[in-house]
Amino acid sequence: MGTVEYIQHHLTNNHIGEGFWTFNLDTIVVSFLLGALIVFVAARLGRQLESGKPGGFQNFVESILDFVATNVRDAFPGHNPIIAPLALTIFLWVWLMNFMDLIPVDLLPYLYQLITGDPHAHLKVVPTTDLNTTLAMAFTVFALILYYNIKIKGVVGFIKMFLFHPFGKFFVPVNVVMTLIEEVSKPLSLALRLFGNMFAGELVFLLIALIGGTLAVGAAALFWAPLQAILDFGWLIFHLLVITLQAFIFMVLTIVYLGMAHEDDAEMGH
Amino acid sequence: MSINATLLIQIIAFVLLIWFVNKVLWGPLSKLMEDRQKKIADGLSAAEKGKHELELAEQRAKEVLKEAKAQAQNVLSQAEKRGSEIVEDAKIKATEEADRIKAAAQAELEQEVSRAREDLRKEVSTLVVSGAEKILNKEVDAAAHNDMLETLVKSI
Repeated sequence: MGTVEYIQHHLTNNHIGEGFWTFNLDTIVVSFLLGALIVFVAARLGRQLESGKPGGFQNFVESILDFVATNVRDAFPGHNPIIAPLALTIFLWVWLMNFMDLIPVDLLPYLYQLITGDPHAHLKVVPTTDLNTTLAMAFTVFALILYYNIKIKGVVGFIKMFLFHPFGKFFVPVNVVMTLIEEVSKPLSLALRLFGNMFAGELVFLLIALIGGTLAVGAAALFWAPLQAILDFGWLIFHLLVITLQAFIFMVLTIVYLGMAHEDDAEMGH
Repeated sequence: MSINATLLIQIIAFVLLIWFVNKVLWGPLSKLMEDRQKKIADGLSAAEKGKHELELAEQRAKEVLKEAKAQAQNVLSQAEKRGSEIVEDAKIKATEEADRIKAAAQAELEQEVSRAREDLRKEVSTLVVSGAEKILNKEVDAAAHNDMLETLVKSI
């Protein structure tokens, strides 16, 4: 198998359907499983919660909760009970989906091909390298942004924001374009940043995997195989940072955007 | 890589997951943490209150002790005063009693002296009469010479 085919094969989803009505089964199944894992572990933990002397795992989860709550407190004005669970969900889910990237790139596809008996079966295990996943979250957040913009500012206030922001009443057409770009760029930047980072990370893993795979022939393997191991390990360590950072950024930006949606124009406009 | 219906599924999954996380993870755990925080805060404030109350009680105890001491001092000084009064009183009474006894003794003495004098007088008069009888060898009529004898007795 050639280099290009190898990479393309890895970056193709296992899908059914045609055109728009295509379902990326691997993305859906993996993200559902990870979501179920969160719910399952949380439910198990919920049954043995202890207030007096929390155990190790409860402490760990509590510190994550505390971390998220601190971020919400810092970046979100006022109070909205949906923000913190939303931020926590994003952080946990995105992190877990990103974490799939750290599993050796060929391991799960290889196992899948063994199980199905089809040596060309596709399997892309990182849901966040699928634009559908990141866009789905970004659109959901965007829907919340629109909802709270209108709920807090009122329809009139929301229209006013488009007309008179950021340059005041003498630049209405410019304002409309600017605000439109500003608002639309929020979900797009959320989705594309996460997707881009994870996609690129996956690609680098694939390229590193290629070092040992295609270049190592015969005695040269003695040189290329250790190099692949070292590079892979280095990128893995670095990527561990990246996946956490990306989950964190998605969470914080969601909080900040929703915080901006909660700001009444009367306060910031005059 | 193209955008397709997976997007819709993922939106549903995301919304469901938010709901679930809120229900099974964030809800109970944040409530637990809040309750614990409240409990700790309550405990701390209770401890603070207890400390404050202890301070107050100590102060009150000090005040009560001070008052008791002052009262005791008062009682003591009053008792002392009363004691000295009693002693003074007793002294005065004793002096009076002594005076009285002295006066009574004096009166008795004077009485005794006058009685002795009277007795002596009578004795002398009898003695004089019997002496005169012996001198005159005859009976002297005491009655007849009573006047003379009286004058004689008086001159003794």
